[in-house]
Amino acid sequence: MSQIKSLADLKKKREEIKTGLDVRIKAIDPEKHVQVKVAMATCGIAAGAKPIMEFFIEQLDRRNIPGIVTQTGCMGYCYAEPTVEIKLPGKDPVVFGYVDLKRADQIIEKYIKEGELIDGIIPVNYETIDSKE
Amino acid sequence: MLTLALNILDIAQNSIRAKASEIFVGISESLSDDRLEITVRDNGSGISQGILDKVTDPFFTTRTTRKTGLGLPLLKYQAGIAGGDLVVESHEGMGTTVKASFTLSHVDRQPLGDIAGVMTILMTANPEIDFLYSHRTDSGEYFFSSKEAKEYLGIENFTESGLASDIREMFDQNLKEIGADGMKD
Repeated sequence: MSQIKSLADLKKKREEIKTGLDVRIKAIDPEKHVQVKVAMATCGIAAGAKPIMEFFIEQLDRRNIPGIVTQTGCMGYCYAEPTVEIKLPGKDPVVFGYVDLKRADQIIEKYIKEGELIDGIIPVNYETIDSKE
Repeated sequence: MLTLALNILDIAQNSIRAKASEIFVGISESLSDDRLEITVRDNGSGISQGILDKVTDPFFTTRTTRKTGLGLPLLKYQAGIAGGDLVVESHEGMGTTVKASFTLSHVDRQPLGDIAGVMTILMTANPEIDFLYSHRTDSGEYFFSSKEAKEYLGIENFTESGLASDIREMFDQNLKEIGADGMKD
């Protein structure tokens, strides 16, 4: 593979890829995409959130799962970092704690693909009495 | 937090939370002055004078999820043990600048680490923010603007398949060329 050093190299490579493949869905539609949020505050970063986030970015792409990987701040579960919040289309978000690369792989294979719950879920409820009216 | 790159990732979270639309990350290494300087500058909400005095206090935070705020204190500690210092300047409504300095050759100075990966993460996860990156060494400077890159490539974000790893590679190649810390062949 030729080296990418400038924006021109980058553009050239992107164009080569695009002519070979179907252009992926560009617009982000949260209704159809899996949303992955990696907690990326001091506690998360210190516990290893960065490689987890890189894993999700790379693997969702490689496994052809339409998803958006983004970051959030500290959710208050510092003891369980790295934590990852997954929102499947049409479902409530689920927060997984103690995520290492092995568990991240399980999250993709079991939860994102099959909807099957796995160990390490932190019970979180986003509903408040006010919003239940 | 084992590398300076991870500290930068952490400090940049403050800028993101301060609703910055532009974040500048600058690294300057000088063998002749034996100094490494890191600057993170944003145009976010800024910090009021009363709070500015407390930002490096580990038991002070403005958030309510927990009672500690360790990002700046950790970086200050790292700078302090490596013959450097941390300075935070801020004006409410204008933005904040965090500057950390280190003695480049100090044995306790953390390695720079995977700065290419950190910048890639920041840019892919925050498409609405413009990131500017400048890295100076004795042999040259590498400058990157995410806004310029998006305009040049005709894209709105970096989520397109495989783009993140290409950008990361581009960073790595350029940093290697100017002999950035940890990137020497």
